[in-house]
Amino acid sequence: MIHQYDVVVVGGGIAGLYTALTAAEHFRVAVVSKVHVTRSHSVAAQGGVAASLGNEEEDHLEWHMYDTVKGSDYLADQEAVEILAKEAPNAIINLEHMGVPFTRNIQGKIEQRRFGGHTRGYGVAPVKRACYVSDRTGRAIMDTLYDRCQAMGVDFFNEVFAVQLLFSGNHCCGVAGYDIANCKPQVFHAKAVVLATGGCGKIYKTTSNGFASTGDGFALALDSLIPLEDMEFVQFHPTGIFGLGILISEAARAEGGILRNGSGERFMERYAPTLKDLAPRDIVSRAILTEIQEGRGVEGKDYVYLDLREIGKELLNQKLPEISSFIETYLGIAASEKPIPVAPTCHYMMGGIPTDTAGHVLIDDGKAFLPGLFAVGECACVSVHGANRLGCNSLIDLVVFGRRTGVSVADHVKEKVLPALPQQAESVAADKINSLLDSSGNERVSVLRAALQCLMTEKCSVFRNNDGLKEALEMIRQLEKRLANVGLANRSKVFNYELQEALEFGNMLKTAEAIVFSALQRKESRGAHYRSDYPERNDAEWLMHTLVYAAGEGLEAAYKPISITRFAPEKRRY
Amino acid sequence: MKIYRFNPETDHEPHYDIFFVEANPNDRILDCLNKVRWEQDSSLAYRMSCAHGVCGSDAVNINGLPALACQKLIKDDSAQEMLIEPIKFSLIIKDLIVDMEPFFNRIKAIQPNLPPKTLDSSTGTERLQTVEERSRIDDAVKCILCGCCVSACPVILEQEQRFIGPVAILRAQKYIFDSRATANDTIERMRVMEKPYGIWGCKSYYMCTVVCPKKIKVTEQILKTKKKIIQEFHPKSE
Repeated sequence: MIHQYDVVVVGGGIAGLYTALTAAEHFRVAVVSKVHVTRSHSVAAQGGVAASLGNEEEDHLEWHMYDTVKGSDYLADQEAVEILAKEAPNAIINLEHMGVPFTRNIQGKIEQRRFGGHTRGYGVAPVKRACYVSDRTGRAIMDTLYDRCQAMGVDFFNEVFAVQLLFSGNHCCGVAGYDIANCKPQVFHAKAVVLATGGCGKIYKTTSNGFASTGDGFALALDSLIPLEDMEFVQFHPTGIFGLGILISEAARAEGGILRNGSGERFMERYAPTLKDLAPRDIVSRAILTEIQEGRGVEGKDYVYLDLREIGKELLNQKLPEISSFIETYLGIAASEKPIPVAPTCHYMMGGIPTDTAGHVLIDDGKAFLPGLFAVGECACVSVHGANRLGCNSLIDLVVFGRRTGVSVADHVKEKVLPALPQQAESVAADKINSLLDSSGNERVSVLRAALQCLMTEKCSVFRNNDGLKEALEMIRQLEKRLANVGLANRSKVFNYELQEALEFGNMLKTAEAIVFSALQRKESRGAHYRSDYPERNDAEWLMHTLVYAAGEGLEAAYKPISITRFAPEKRRY
Repeated sequence: MKIYRFNPETDHEPHYDIFFVEANPNDRILDCLNKVRWEQDSSLAYRMSCAHGVCGSDAVNINGLPALACQKLIKDDSAQEMLIEPIKFSLIIKDLIVDMEPFFNRIKAIQPNLPPKTLDSSTGTERLQTVEERSRIDDAVKCILCGCCVSACPVILEQEQRFIGPVAILRAQKYIFDSRATANDTIERMRVMEKPYGIWGCKSYYMCTVVCPKKIKVTEQILKTKKKIIQEFHPKSE
């Protein structure tokens, strides 16, 4: 079936819905999602959304900008960061006006709390900059946007899996997918396509991400010869519940939680004397793993403790109810009584599809963009997060750039007629599905996927080196060959998840290859990318963005300059 | 595990399959379902996403009661055999997958899409709300739209399927009790609640409260909403 719209948005998280909502003021918009929209992973965002409202104490957008740039290890584009910091307060007001039920302070204003790497006075001490809805901030924003989208007449196509972007000449004119419920091809023919597909945490064994985070948007882009930017920068959140990877928000440390090693020492004092437990995530994750590797984990195991006991039962219930219930459900302990075993968990992709600050997808190392195609949210790289994102900066990224992308999509649609659909549009998805359903190989997706997850966790997590990355790249290419020999045991056309997981695994492999390839090229340590064979940041040679393109069987790297407007790179100390 | 199976392409009648899964006491039911799909029978169909009780994808009936497969652990139930069935209120499409359309339509029915009269960005400042005012909607904010309440509601299951159901009333409660809403919006929303098969269909069986995986006091919120409606529209009957 062919659906015609002005705009089709792929992915229904906060970025996708905000873009859809903005564009829907004047145009017909469809949101296509492989899960029911309300299941998108934005709902898992806990701690807050950053804006220098100054509701609790003095704060300035320049401070927010500085913290974000420093947090990014100076790789973020400062022009974009300035927009983020500048537009953040108004974005929060807009959310409040839409109905987001923010937690309030004693004056009845939106309450704000501390968060990792957010400081006053350019790094002097933590500042209260995170607006929040207890520890359900993502869920609450999603719920509001979902209802507003219905008010604006946005059409949702739930459980539709996108397999390929469609082009008319060099103009993106739609996306081909299929209905997961019955395998029927669904073509969305539109003047503008927005990718808002989120991240790729599932390529690692332990992640805070949901099952849907399989890097689909990255693969859609690479398949269409669009580059990916800064893919080596993968964020590991310091505090996942050990073994499960379920996120314990930084808000837990903002409210007074302390990280302790096996001997009970508050070890972050050694790594970040000023901000301590509220240092940025790359630094805290490395600190935790260093403690563990040097034998200071808890009882020789691969975790440290997050101690929330000092916060007290009442405040835990009030400020961190969701997290407290996770700890009770999955560990059987009360956070007010016992410390929580934690270890870093794959959390967020700083890199992604290169865009300008209006969401246009950039296709070279300059300003050339691909008409009709936009990207926003975690799958995009503006870049405001550079080599390491600060907590609470992702939600504000989604809202600020969701709005900006919506506006530029509307501008684009206003001027364009619907480009012709390529002839094979309807058969694209059917061909992909059928070739998998007819496959008779002897490889199983679940086995290959487990191999990839182990590989990425071992060779391309927080610490990396040349030999490990080379080996990983080699093994990914072997997995690609094995995927070609996959066979499905399940040939059903109704909710065939083996089929979907096979398609997703293809996307995971492409994403993993881009990450490992980019990481192998970058011979320095910056932000979340730490090379034990090149442990120092090297601004002279590497203060630039990585771009990788699909080329023949493999990938090719190119580089582009970063924008530095206000803050010259300095040594990063916290 | 004894799992409900139905494939519309081949089956006329549903049946149950038994799978043996090795599990630790701390494993989630969802982990066990995944072991079945990834290691034993790749055709088993069920939804999942976040796997830690925030997205609401994986509501199933576990030993007869609706719950999230990712939030129930093996040790939570002393039964040796786990009975896993689809939630009940809607058409079963395949195995543990039910048609969610009627569920989301219930939410649509309360008209969350009322024109945003209260939305006025031109002022450029936030609206104030006291901590107490905000706390009136604390419970409803926790809802993850999983559908457990609807699939446990005796009114919907046994008496009147058209009853709008707990999830929709809870969603309406969030809007009706939000101090930021205009009086007109609130009244309009309460009128919606009074439509046929609306809020008065609730007979306070408390099953929604019993099964809610987010521990929302659903029935209490429904009762509060009823009371507000009576005060507003039927003051004499109070």
